[in-house]
Amino acid sequence: MTDLTASAIADHAPLLQTVGLTRHFRIGGLFSNAKLHAVDDLSLTIRPREIVAVVGESGSGKSTIARLLAKVYEPTDGDILFRGRSLHDVKSRRDVLAYRGQVPMVLQDPFASLNPVHTIGYALDRGLALHQPTLTATEREAEAIRALEAVGLSPARQVLAKYPHEMSGGQRQRVGFAQALSYKPKLVLADEPVSMLDVSIRIGVLNLMARLCEEEGISFLYITHDIASARYVAHRIVVMYAGRVAETGPTEEVLRRPVHPYTRLLLSAVPDPKAPITITAADTGEPPRVVNPGPGCRFRQRCPLAIAICATVTPDLTEAVVPGHMAACHVTAPEAGMVA
Amino acid sequence: MSDAILDVRDVVVEYTTSGEPARAVDHVSFTLDRGEFLGIVGESGCGKSTLLFAIAQLLSPPAQLVSGEVIFKGRNMVGLREGELRSIRWRDYSVVMQSAMNALNPVKTVSAQFDDTMRAHGQTNAAGIRTRSREVMALVGIDAIHLKSYPHQLSGGMRQRVMIAMALLLSPDLVVMDEPTSALDVVAQRSLMVQIKELQRKLGFAVIFVTHDMSLVGHFSDRLAVMYAGKIVEIGPTRPLFAAPQHPYTRGLLDSFPSVYGPKVALKGIPGSPPDLTDLPSGCRFRPRCGSVMARCAEVEPALYPSGDTRARCLLFEETV
Repeated sequence: MTDLTASAIADHAPLLQTVGLTRHFRIGGLFSNAKLHAVDDLSLTIRPREIVAVVGESGSGKSTIARLLAKVYEPTDGDILFRGRSLHDVKSRRDVLAYRGQVPMVLQDPFASLNPVHTIGYALDRGLALHQPTLTATEREAEAIRALEAVGLSPARQVLAKYPHEMSGGQRQRVGFAQALSYKPKLVLADEPVSMLDVSIRIGVLNLMARLCEEEGISFLYITHDIASARYVAHRIVVMYAGRVAETGPTEEVLRRPVHPYTRLLLSAVPDPKAPITITAADTGEPPRVVNPGPGCRFRQRCPLAIAICATVTPDLTEAVVPGHMAACHVTAPEAGMVA
Repeated sequence: MSDAILDVRDVVVEYTTSGEPARAVDHVSFTLDRGEFLGIVGESGCGKSTLLFAIAQLLSPPAQLVSGEVIFKGRNMVGLREGELRSIRWRDYSVVMQSAMNALNPVKTVSAQFDDTMRAHGQTNAAGIRTRSREVMALVGIDAIHLKSYPHQLSGGMRQRVMIAMALLLSPDLVVMDEPTSALDVVAQRSLMVQIKELQRKLGFAVIFVTHDMSLVGHFSDRLAVMYAGKIVEIGPTRPLFAAPQHPYTRGLLDSFPSVYGPKVALKGIPGSPPDLTDLPSGCRFRPRCGSVMARCAEVEPALYPSGDTRARCLLFEETV
């Protein structure tokens, strides 16, 4: 397996790096041998001040990645290195809390992620008490106010006293970001943070992410099914298909010169009135459930370019035209098959 | 328009709960031609689904049609008895709901549900029902073997296709769709849209397609109606409406979709959030979020004025009348 970091820009040490990260889920009854391969052999690098988008359809494993990085799931195999330290060594409650303070998560549903019986101030204070235990109550309040103002919720003092039901969806999602921000994080895991919001409000939240990255130097892992929004905010993009990386690289480069047939299919399906209709009704767009998969490319049943080797050898990620732009395809990146 | 199949006139729908009634649909009028594809777009809470339910005569308390007429094939459907409606539904118009899993009966096979629908409309010939069931499954591109499947055995995309097949069983003149693709992934979504459009061209039925995603219908609808806070704020042919949106809200909506093509531009979206329907601002409802707001906007409630190729509910276009 090629190491993605080899292509990393040398003067940017990675903030977080995964090595052969794998997560399987046992499914079925007690004696079932079936394993769902949610994520297989993922090597991902996130550098400081970088927004990395993970794009894929439902079932592609993108949310599993976020949960692995948040230490909600333990990996089946492989490792996650945060600032050079293996997460296998982050075990004690204190270490885990400290890690989650540096790598907090923003959840998809702003209507379900805030406790309706507590004020916004309580929610922020409680998180801070957990993740920044050295702060006094006054310092916590000052920090909560700073975070609310940084996400554009003002006057912050009044927001502290509000209950979730008094706020709109967009405002609640901003509270989610303020919560993450108050821990002074290095990397925020944002799992579909805008998909539940109305279209006119989404852009505001995306702009917020871009601004926090720029001004506060925070990195983001932006998980989404919306490739257009990924292009809008992300520096680099990772296209997932059925638990494996299909293609990755600098966002503009990948979207302008997509190498993998799946990336091309995905791009052609984006609803965009400016785009030509290129898709045929023949591809009905059903990603597979990856239960006990054999070797071979997981996209081959839907792939218009599939050849014999696709059924027998799993394609590795190989470098395309530009450094850092990699795709896992036997046909469009032909050397890949030879390396195996 | 002499060829109108549907004429919606001044429809008002209110939700009565404790306190002020919320007017979800406020004096909405439009006509739909035979074989026309109309997209209705808007954000959550703008009344688009309520309007669709009002057209299909499916409103249930606390929602209530307060006034207005829905004239379908020359007959006002408002106030028709349930029995009369039942004979029209599925035969003359059908409805495809957002969540097929909730709309299909989980304990009956697809063919049994097709069978029910046909029998309820007087088709009792078993062989005829079987033939027609196979026909509609072929139309939506699903192998007839799945007539024996239960809904849970089908994927999300297939279930929506089965719903559409069912809607086409009795060859209706109008199919009303409420976000039928919103639970699907992009590729499946695009594929279903292409298919709906092909079927519509081939069979000639009219479509009302409700969605929150304006960019989704851009390639498929003939006309587009944009709703905001219970009112149509802009209506017109799809292409010109995308090329030269008139109403500031439509412009803002279009400025909310990042594109994967062309140069990357910073987008602003629309500040603020939609108003509470029980506590609407005076004058224009979009006023608090509007970048082109004038003093008069607070005093006058704008009508739909012609502007460009569309009609827009905005005082900016008042003088062009």
